[in-house]
Amino acid sequence: MKIVIDNPGMFTTVQDLGRPGHGIDGVSRSGAADPLALRIANRLLGNNENTPALEMTLLGGTFTFPQGATIALTGGRLPALPMYRPFEILPGQTIRTGTLETGARSYLAVRGGIPAKLVAGSASTHVLSGLGGRPLRKGDVLPIGPSASAPKTNPVPNSLTTYNTTLRVTAGPQSSSFPANTFYHAEYLVSPDSNRMGLRLDGPAILSPNPGQMVTEGVPLGAIQLPPNGQPILLFVDQQTTGGYPKIANVITADIPSIGQLRPGDRVRFQLVSNAEAQRLLRRQQSLIETL
Amino acid sequence: MKRMFRYASDQSLFLDLAPDATDLHALFHIPGVVNIHPAYASILLVFDPLRTSHDEVQRAAAAIQPPQSKAPRPLHQIPIHYDGPDLDSLARLHNLSPGRVIELHAAANYTVAFLGFVPGFAYLHGLPAALATPRLPSPRKVVPAGSLGIAGDQTGIYPIATPGGWQLIGHTTIELFNPHNVPMSLLQPGDRVKFIPA
Repeated sequence: MKIVIDNPGMFTTVQDLGRPGHGIDGVSRSGAADPLALRIANRLLGNNENTPALEMTLLGGTFTFPQGATIALTGGRLPALPMYRPFEILPGQTIRTGTLETGARSYLAVRGGIPAKLVAGSASTHVLSGLGGRPLRKGDVLPIGPSASAPKTNPVPNSLTTYNTTLRVTAGPQSSSFPANTFYHAEYLVSPDSNRMGLRLDGPAILSPNPGQMVTEGVPLGAIQLPPNGQPILLFVDQQTTGGYPKIANVITADIPSIGQLRPGDRVRFQLVSNAEAQRLLRRQQSLIETL
Repeated sequence: MKRMFRYASDQSLFLDLAPDATDLHALFHIPGVVNIHPAYASILLVFDPLRTSHDEVQRAAAAIQPPQSKAPRPLHQIPIHYDGPDLDSLARLHNLSPGRVIELHAAANYTVAFLGFVPGFAYLHGLPAALATPRLPSPRKVVPAGSLGIAGDQTGIYPIATPGGWQLIGHTTIELFNPHNVPMSLLQPGDRVKFIPA
């Protein structure tokens, strides 16, 4: 069984949950920009959560399944296609996913997964370094793996299919150097100059009254860096692993999937929460995922 | 012990120690730790918050001692063609001849501080003070793989083509990064490096 890529769309890559554990070599985790949507798609199909699938960006593609398949679509809403439930594709059938109606990324997962070549334990594509391959092109053919598990029809809870534009954050390691009030009352526009490495945010500049040189240190996923011009940079899944800009805040783990659904021009705000609240929100999200 | 640690995010914390003052291997194997990012004076410990907590990781990390035996670290001799686009301007800035810049750069003994920025990029300690040079005012859109650069008091080689602002003085053709190798990067924290003019 296989998938023929008739048209990859704007920017479509193979992603799983990434390759953690290589920070010491300067390699970021990568993986799905919306890991929640990928995990749900895989669970609906009876796949392991970490099974590679297609991540489409803003404009989806056209895919033919010569021998048919069972697929699930999750993440940003695609016109005229069933979302968040497994469905059958007949042998020879072609699906056109079209332009995303909401969000920035949609996932096309297949029952049995896409057994892409693993690099350091992951099929994820890290575009800058070429780890895990390259974005898909017209004419690419991807295999579909075998599966012994049955698809599931459990309804997906609403809170797992809706995304926030107010991102919850905990205070960053250099938060005390900055006027927090300005930051938390500001609204930012996601710049077109944003990608899987990071999102540039345009809005009120957050300037440190005592700018000093910082020693380069590791940067967590979801860190909000403030370069000297005061326009925040939100580090994302294909991020650099170290950085020398101070970090005012860090998006909580439960809201990382929402970053993956921000598109250029979206308005975003930040809300400060405690670490305990961040952990509670993550555990609640996890328990909902486990209902699937 | 507490002040050795700083909160970073809901799934990570900093251990404020130089990588050579602890045992990176042992830190990486703390239960629930999924990734570590060493830098000059800190190590970011990333963990799975559903499996462990800041307190537990902190307790385990505080108990880790640096390795007892100080075996000499590998020495890498890296052939360099000192032909970078910024060699002449960098030499003029320091009132040196390009030949003298090459001599000074190749005579020094370097140590890998850590890898960061992009896959396989090793930040090297040991640049002679006479060669310390600020980054370019505006970064290049593409620096070719293998380029040898200087930024401030650091020197290093771009293992892959990326945008970059370091002043380029030469290049090497040896492979520094291969995701199919274990470890992926030829240069590891603590390793020693000499540059050999080719």
